[in-house]
Amino acid sequence: MLSDAELVARCRTGDADAWNELVERFSRYVYAIATQAFRLPQHDAEDVFQEVFSRVYEHLDRLRNDEAIRPWIAQLTRRLCIDRLRSAGREGPADTELFEPADVDEPLAKLDEAMTVRACMDAVGEACREILDRFFARDESYRVIGDALGLPAGTIASRISRCLAKLKVELEGRSEGAAPSGVR
Amino acid sequence: MTGYDEERIATLLRLLPPAPVGWVRAAQELPAARTEIAALVTRAEADAAFRARVVADLEAALEAEGIEATPSVLAALRLRLDSD
Repeated sequence: MLSDAELVARCRTGDADAWNELVERFSRYVYAIATQAFRLPQHDAEDVFQEVFSRVYEHLDRLRNDEAIRPWIAQLTRRLCIDRLRSAGREGPADTELFEPADVDEPLAKLDEAMTVRACMDAVGEACREILDRFFARDESYRVIGDALGLPAGTIASRISRCLAKLKVELEGRSEGAAPSGVR
Repeated sequence: MTGYDEERIATLLRLLPPAPVGWVRAAQELPAARTEIAALVTRAEADAAFRARVVADLEAALEAEGIEATPSVLAALRLRLDSD
């Protein structure tokens, strides 16, 4: 899997596959910031989502540190969510902080950490990645997962457990001496 | 970030459900849409009346040009017009 910096570098060359991958990699993050941290309704969240990726595409060459694509996208999403809340308030004051949910920092930090966990999922293999994603992120039942992957539903729970354990080992290995990146 | 246990990992994984497929696809198609947007912006720069029509109603202007007014196209066009 390409690192974030490698992906950004490829996008700059006009590589369509890299752009598709960049959108895929950060789409959940942008979506979650808009709908969970800022609690935007779907229609507003969709506008923010598209605006974020438009700006990323337009201004990718302004990113000074390619490794910083994730905090840059987070900051961009945050700003656009605030703009959206401000425009919904229309007659309200222009002070940015008044439109930001008071407790927004905590969910943003959690989402950043969740992205770190997702980034580790590639290291546990495609089979584990898929089963964990289906069960936890897509909220699919054992039966649905079993049908999709051609596995007996009775084996799904133990597979999930094994995959979680693998992911835990991977995360602990990576987190030794490393802290998650900040969102602000 | 220390002390990962399975429960915490599961909680974090649940925080990132997939974005709607249509949103992702629209954002991925943005580079292709930009060619059409660029042509529209060039025309708007050369024709003040056309630019006024576009600014007044982006969706109608796009539809009149045969361009689907998806949120990503609208966002990209708005960005281009704002920066000119």
